[in-house]
Order: sequence, then structure tokens, then C-alpha cells
Amino acid sequence: MAVTTVASKPVRRHPVAPRAKRMLGRMLIYAALLFWTFICLFPIYWTVTTSFKSAVDVTQAHLIPWVDFQPDWKGWRSLGLSPDTLFGTSTARSEFVNRFVNSVITSVGASLLALLLGSLAAYGLSRFRYKFAWMRNDDILFFFMSQLILPPVVLALPFLVLYKALSLLDTTFGLILLYTLTVLPIVIWIMRDQFNAIPIELDEAAFVDGLSTWGAFLRIILPLALPGMMAAFILSLVLCWNEYFFAALLTSTDAKTLPVMVASQTGSQGINWWSMAALSTAAIAPLVLIGIFLERYIVSGLTTGAGK
Amino acid sequence: MQSSVDLSNDRFAPAPRRASVSRKNAGRALVAFASLGLLLVILLQGLHATGTIAAGFSDWRPIMIAYVLWAIAFGVGQIIIRGERGQRALFLLPAVFFTVAVVIFPTIFGLYIASLDWNLSSIDGPRFSGFDNLRGMLSDTYYWNALGNMIFYTVAVLGEYAIAFGLALLLSADIRGRRFFRVVFLLPMMLSPVAVSWMIGKSLLEYRFGPAATLARYLGWENPAFFASPWMARFSIQAMDAWVSIPFIMIILLAGLQAMPKEVQEAAKVDGANGWQSFWHVTFPIMLPVSITVLIIRIIFKLKLADIVINVTAGGPGGATDTVSSFIYRVYRDRSNVGYGTALAMAYLLLIIVLLTLLLRLAKRWTQRVM
Repeated sequence: MAVTTVASKPVRRHPVAPRAKRMLGRMLIYAALLFWTFICLFPIYWTVTTSFKSAVDVTQAHLIPWVDFQPDWKGWRSLGLSPDTLFGTSTARSEFVNRFVNSVITSVGASLLALLLGSLAAYGLSRFRYKFAWMRNDDILFFFMSQLILPPVVLALPFLVLYKALSLLDTTFGLILLYTLTVLPIVIWIMRDQFNAIPIELDEAAFVDGLSTWGAFLRIILPLALPGMMAAFILSLVLCWNEYFFAALLTSTDAKTLPVMVASQTGSQGINWWSMAALSTAAIAPLVLIGIFLERYIVSGLTTGAGK
Repeated sequence: MQSSVDLSNDRFAPAPRRASVSRKNAGRALVAFASLGLLLVILLQGLHATGTIAAGFSDWRPIMIAYVLWAIAFGVGQIIIRGERGQRALFLLPAVFFTVAVVIFPTIFGLYIASLDWNLSSIDGPRFSGFDNLRGMLSDTYYWNALGNMIFYTVAVLGEYAIAFGLALLLSADIRGRRFFRVVFLLPMMLSPVAVSWMIGKSLLEYRFGPAATLARYLGWENPAFFASPWMARFSIQAMDAWVSIPFIMIILLAGLQAMPKEVQEAAKVDGANGWQSFWHVTFPIMLPVSITVLIIRIIFKLKLADIVINVTAGGPGGATDTVSSFIYRVYRDRSNVGYGTALAMAYLLLIIVLLTLLLRLAKRWTQRVM
């Protein structure tokens, strides 16, 4: 701070004392930060607290637990997740758990598959020169990236027909294939950046030591690229977990994911706010936790993805 | 790329290991055999499906397995035929085969569906109708209305960008607790649009007892209906989408700001620039390439907007909030009109490709002029 004070002294022109002005500036900055913090957190806060409210508290717009209203397990009871119902049998809970597990299997499966296919392709594109008909490396990369443009609606209906013929409709495997497709371009983009950042001398040293192309990749390069893979994996996980469009069209009973469940509950009239809030809270909780604890990876994934 | 020359795969650098002639032939035989097998299975099932022959599978799943087996045989064949170069090709082949199977083939198949008069709920089954679907599209006011809405939503990206830039500047200022604010500002991006639809669209903005409505009444808006009038509804949907997507733009701009050399800022200060001047004449131009990249990515994602609209307004009131995706979704869901829906989607895809190609061209020119 001292340095900047000195540096800014010669240009002082305004009669206002710089000290007071800077104080004001800092206060404005913090006010803006707090304002946006409120905007980001209030919907989450509202949802979580609403899951503990009863009808009166909802209609009277009570906001603060223990001050405005007495929290109650009502919303969670309707999901079978409150302390008193947790160990009993509950159809609502078994449905919820089933959807939750579906979501986990689908998003983890798709992210792993995309990571496998994407890392291999990215390593190839970063280390070797390919020529396929008129396509060079850059064209091949563009071919992969152009998949991002494709809106889900274009693929959804052909897939509906195809999956019917393949008996893949309403299966987790079918969804995994589609989700892999949607995140593959992002994974390739991030991983190519990662591999480009690893000096090629390491590959060469591995060859000198007698490793084959694949040996060098698996034993030397891959361990070094692990942080990047983590970033790509988590980013894919977030995208797959939140995907709704394909899941809504291609699943009906068995393979339904959490967003489809949330959406179908929203659509039905007369749904209780507290149970809807509990369901939403449960649906977003895993990602909020990922956001808080693995923020570093998400940021690094995003910034290699578009930082240049 | 320069340093990779000695490892490269091009014709000037001969591959380290060359396979012998007999091995090559064995490899070619394997690929040919596998291709023959795949074709045979497809032919068999095709004839079975059209009713020409009785033998066949109950569904098309064996074709999928045959395709996977063929892809594996092709990969193995590559190694046998081309040795080291085959091994290198093996890095790329899985992703290529996968993408061809799940994008190229369905898209071509989609073009075929688009030319059919096919309603799943009618008993007639698919019937070829040529360009009838496209003709129907031209007179479909709802589709054009949805396209018009897309223009609004796309232009609104600029607003998201402005807010995100402001937030990125705030976060890059000399503040305490930067990590806390960064995590908090990032959170909305993590939430699923469907959950956000309920959290904000259906409860916060709820007319009777949503806190936002209560606040609006307190501030003097008599009738805070966020989804009743067309423009208000459009803005509400846009606000929700912005809430989810601003963090993405912000994070990338923040990375750009942090990569900016500090000396530039100092120099501007020494030259007597005030805060606004140094932003407008120094920071903003330096950030322009990053900004254009993030805007284009954001527009690509914006053109897919559907989840929030489907779940909050279902396109209402009167189609005012419809996006192309949500409209096509309803064409399928409510009317089961597969052929027409696909035709609409294909027309939209074509439009997007043309638009983005133009945009990329323009972006290239802009950045070149600035640099």
C-alpha cells in the first residue's frame, strides 16, 4: 500500500483528501461484494430454510429460524430423510435414493468415460501429427470442439428413435453415452492444454529408457497430468449431474435422474413447499459441497478451457 | 508444436519400427474380415427389419456390439499393419469412433427423420414427405416467435458480461477474504438449472408469498407478477439464467485480469489516468481477446437454453419466453411430432452454424485490429 501511495501522490488533483476518498472507495467495493454475496446466497438460504418450515411460516414469509419460526423436520419427513423416519421404510425415500444413485452412476460413469477417451485423444493431438484425408491436427481438434455447438434438441429425437431400436431407452448406459458426448469436447480441450504444458523432453527421456509410446504415456506423462484430469473430471461431473434435457426425454422409470425427479415434482400442482424445498436442497447439496471444497479444480478447469 | 517434430508422424520422419510384409497382410486380413462381419450383421438385421428374411435379432443392439468389435479389430489391425504409427493412431481412434457413432450417424439419421411425416401418437407410422416439414416451419408463427426470443436472450449475454466484468474487477481489487468471495460467487454455477427453476422461479418469485414479491410490494410495486406480462416474464427468465451463468464468465475474466502485467496499470497511473480512464483505455482493450472468447462460448451455451424455460413457464405467457429448444421439446412432448420437431431442430442447427461461423470470422478480424 505504501508504494502506491507514493506513486499516486504527484497526480493528485482533486481537492478531496485522498485518504477519505480511498476509504470511500473501499467501502463501496465491500458494499458491492456483500450485495452480490447476498444475491448468490439468498436463494440457497431460502431453499434450505424453507425445507424446515410449515405452511404458516411459508405464507407469512418468515425468514430467520428460531427467531421468526420454529424449524421443523416437516419437509425432510416427507422425503423420509428426517431423523425420526430415517430408519423406517419410506417409499418417497426409496424413490429419492434410487434417483440419486442413478444420478451418481450416470455422471460419474460419463465423466470417467469422457476422461478416458478425451485424455487419449488430447495426448495424441498434443504429441503427434496426424493426417486424416485433408484433416490435420488443428482440423481434428476443431472437429471435436465443434460438437459443443450442437444443441441437445438436434440429437434428442434421433436418439429417441435409435435408442428404441437399440433397446437403450430408459437405461443408465444410454444416458452415459450421451453425457460423455456432451462433455468430451471440454475434456479434450482441458487435457490438451495440460499435455502441452508437460515438456516433451520427458517423453524423449522415457524413450531413451526403453519405454514404448504407450508405456511413456501411461507411466510418465499420465501421473503428471493428474491435477488437470481432476479438474476435467470435476467439471464434467458438474455438467452431467445438472443435465436435464436428455434425461427428461430418454428416461421414464428406471434410469430417471435427480433433475428429472425435481422437475416432475415442480410440475405437479399442490406440491408442498417444504417437501419441494427439501428435495431441491438434497439435489443441490452434493454440488454445493463440491463447489466449496474443490473450487480450485473447477476454476483451473474453466480457465484452461477458455483462458486464451 | 515445434518441439514435437522429432516425435512426429509425418512422412519425412520414418516410423522407428516397420512391420514385415506377412504381418501387414495378416493385419489387413483382420481389418477386412472385421469389416465384412460388420456389414454382414447390418445386412442381416436390415433384411430382418424390413421383413425380407425371418432370421435376425429382436433389436438392433447386436449392431452396436458388432460396431465396437469392428472398432477394436480396426485398432489392432492398425498396430499390426503400421507398427509404431499404428500405436500413435490408437490414441485418437477411440474418441473418433465414439464421436462418429454418437454424433455423425445420429445427425445424418436426424436429417432422414426430418423429411418424414411422423407422429408417434398416430397409428400410420412414418411416411416420407420431403420438404413438407420445412414448409410447415415457414408458416409456424410459434417457431419464429421462439427464434425472435433467442435474439433477446443472446443480446442479453452482453448484460451478463457487463455484470461479470464488474464482479471480476471487484475480486481482483485489493480486498480481504478474496477466496471466500470467489467461492460464494462461483456457487450459482454449480446448481442445476432445474433446481434453480424451483428455488427462484417457482418459490422466490412466487406471486403470493415469495420473498421477492414481498420485497417488490414493500418497494411500491402493487402487483408483482414476474411471469404475467411477456416482457417481464422474459426478463425474469433471463435473470435466472444470468444468475446461473455469470460465475462462468466472471471466473474466466478474473483469470484474464490476474494474468495482466501489473506494470501496465502502474504506467497508466503515472500518466495521470483516473480509475475510469485506465479501465477504458488500458484494462478493457487488453481484456478484449479473452472477452470475445468468453462471449462466444457463452453465446454457444445460451443458444441451448431450455431447462429453465421448460420448468418455470413452459414457454408462456403465449410463447413469450419460449426458446427454440423448449419449443421443440413441447412439439415432441405434447404432440409427439417427431418428424416435424427434428426438422425444426435441423433448421436451427443450420442457422447456428451460419451465425457462429460469421461471429468467429468477425471476432478474428476485431482481435487482429486491436492487437
